[in-house]
Amino acid sequence: MPELMHRKLERSATGFMLAIIAAASVGGIVEIAPLFTIDDTVETVSDMRLYTPLELAGRDIYVREGCYACHSQMIRTLRDEVERYGPYSLAVESKYDHPMLWGSKRTGPDLARIGGKYSDFWHVAHLNNPRDVVPESNMPSYRWLGTNPLKLADLPLALRAQRAVGVPYTDEMIENAARDAYGQAVPDSEQSSGVTERYGEATQVSAFDGVTTNVTEMDALVAYLQVLGQLTRAAYENTAAPEQMPDPDN
Amino acid sequence: MGQLTTGERDFGAIILIVLAIIGIAMAAAGRSDVLGIHGAMVLVYCLALLFLLLSGAFGTPPSAARLTRYYDDPIKVGVGLTLFWAIFGMFIGVWAAAQLAWPSLNFDTSWASFGRIRPAHTSGVIFGFGGNALITTSFHVVQRTSRARLADQLSPWFVLLGFNLFCLIAISGYFLGVTQSKEYAEAEWYADIWLVIVWVTYFVLYVRTLARRKEPHIYVANWYYMAFIIVVAILHIVNNLAVPLSFAHAKSYTIWAGVQDSMVQWWYGHNAVAFFLTAGFLAMLYYYLPKRAERPIFSYRLSILSFWGITFFYMWAGSHHLHYTALPHWVQNLGMTFSVMLLVPSWASAGNALLTLNGAWHKVRDDATLRFMMMAAFFYGLSTFEGSFMAIRPVNALSHYTDWTVGHVHAGALGWVAMITFGSLYTLVPAIWKRERMHSAILVEVHFWLALAGTLIYVFAMWNSGIIQGLMWRTYSPDNTLVYSFVDTLLAMYPYYIARAFGGLLFLIGAIVAAYNIWMTVRTPAAATLALDDDSPGDERQISGATPTPAE
Repeated sequence: MPELMHRKLERSATGFMLAIIAAASVGGIVEIAPLFTIDDTVETVSDMRLYTPLELAGRDIYVREGCYACHSQMIRTLRDEVERYGPYSLAVESKYDHPMLWGSKRTGPDLARIGGKYSDFWHVAHLNNPRDVVPESNMPSYRWLGTNPLKLADLPLALRAQRAVGVPYTDEMIENAARDAYGQAVPDSEQSSGVTERYGEATQVSAFDGVTTNVTEMDALVAYLQVLGQLTRAAYENTAAPEQMPDPDN
Repeated sequence: MGQLTTGERDFGAIILIVLAIIGIAMAAAGRSDVLGIHGAMVLVYCLALLFLLLSGAFGTPPSAARLTRYYDDPIKVGVGLTLFWAIFGMFIGVWAAAQLAWPSLNFDTSWASFGRIRPAHTSGVIFGFGGNALITTSFHVVQRTSRARLADQLSPWFVLLGFNLFCLIAISGYFLGVTQSKEYAEAEWYADIWLVIVWVTYFVLYVRTLARRKEPHIYVANWYYMAFIIVVAILHIVNNLAVPLSFAHAKSYTIWAGVQDSMVQWWYGHNAVAFFLTAGFLAMLYYYLPKRAERPIFSYRLSILSFWGITFFYMWAGSHHLHYTALPHWVQNLGMTFSVMLLVPSWASAGNALLTLNGAWHKVRDDATLRFMMMAAFFYGLSTFEGSFMAIRPVNALSHYTDWTVGHVHAGALGWVAMITFGSLYTLVPAIWKRERMHSAILVEVHFWLALAGTLIYVFAMWNSGIIQGLMWRTYSPDNTLVYSFVDTLLAMYPYYIARAFGGLLFLIGAIVAAYNIWMTVRTPAAATLALDDDSPGDERQISGATPTPAE
């Protein structure tokens, strides 16, 4: 009987295609749609902050260079991972991540909690030539980041596009995006105070690449690396064995 | 393009001129942005095609009789493009593999660093090699099994050359740093929109050709090509929804965020494997294997079971890429469950293929082309078993993030996808160019052993490195501390990275041998007696071997 039904079905291209669409749609609908409607899919936390324009620019560079091909940003709920990298990742921590960068392969270590673990200087040296600080490393060197100036003019557009996909940047943030990026990478400049005003006191203002005469892609990438795992404290409060969040000032 | 009439040429020219204008607009709007470079590339690509199109316009007009024969010209060009992308994509793969062992091989340039050439490799082989092979063979199979000429004269060219424009834009973009970072969907918004246009045309062409069929039933291979075309369209559109910075910027942000983005991405990612790298290639298996073995498919019922099983179950399986992550547990469990169930239809297909060879095993022994297809079915069975196994949570805890995943993917990509493609090409090329056989059977044999050796070296290296690294990451000392630092585990990988690059190199050399052999086959003059065989719908009463009738 089913065989006879199928013999009929395979005589009609339209019917067959509709059957394919029906069969193929179920899985995605059942697994994806509830992720938007079930409230505890993403934890609610009060201290979650947004990426600053400089950090967002750094994130875009992380994407551009394909860092995600070798580094994950997702600590799994496994004992050895928590002991190696820190508290397991929560959904809320990538709530504003368009796209998420959880990764699928660890040729290098996980970076979900890399922020604050190393100094800015270490990151710059490491990105310029990884083998200077980790002789066994097979990571490419990224020397050009330190000489490429960051395209500050595009930042308001970037924030506006982020808002269009759901990240709550305010008009003020969008308007000041370029100033804030400059201010975050050039401490003691007149633009610096605006960054902490808009993005919170915990925001790191630093001469990330060690040079304050211009804002480079190195500034942006290091600023991004230093904020990984630092957008909210939720993961440290949630875990059974709370540990100290790395403090950048130590 | 010799079969196009003046009207068709004019229409083609209009399309190319419109595209060229869009290219100019992109170049003007993008300026220093990479979008500007891509605009210039679109312009040059269109002008080159325009030149080709118009330079043939003054020859003798095509005869009306062409419409009674199969339309094989786009297939011939497609074979060439498939081989070009195969060599390109595999070369980049070997290079990327070598960089992991010797990082200075990027010569300190941005465009050649691992993070940028890795998507160039994956897109080069998946879309460039795989995609062109799928389009090319689908044009061949749909005509032969429907006993109908392609429904349109111009749109097959539009689909083929438009798809290659997508590949060109996407892959050149990765070298320049244009990427969405979504694995296997890295191309940016403008390339994605272009692919939708090409894909809809492909779909319409395919359906219209099916509508012209003289066979009452639609043959199994076409079920898979249909599933491939339809589902890839759905996946592509949903996963690539994004908002660009502006119409003058290449950069965009996906509308999906965080945990939802991860699920959409791996729903896409896993079904790119299912419907791009499995369904379409199963279509090849269901046509070229019985054709070459001159045996009917073993079981019609198994074909039905495996087709609907694959179409339904696969779409649930993506979340097994996200075990132990911040994705809710219930979704992970659904993904695992359906991944395990997926073994049934997968092995039904592999078994159906291998049992079809019953009574033809002596041909498998003598004919390297058929052996390619037999080995492909074997590796298909192997990697689907491995896939279901790795989707089980505790296994995944060990395998995920390691080279085991890479090894698994390549058991499928080299052993299954590439081998069935080469087996199909060795069957298709003599048929299309009306040659009695390939230029050199010995070179096919050489290619087979290079491909098999390359695959085995690659896969064994990655199994070893993956399992070793996974175990080292979780090794505890008696006083309950982790024994190995991350760098310790990386050091243990170097010998395997070298072995893997060597395995890949063998496979690449095999592809070059294939390209040479196919080129020589095309160059040798046709045997006159074969001129009418398999040439027109009327001539082929029975598609020997590949009939839709059950075997029992």
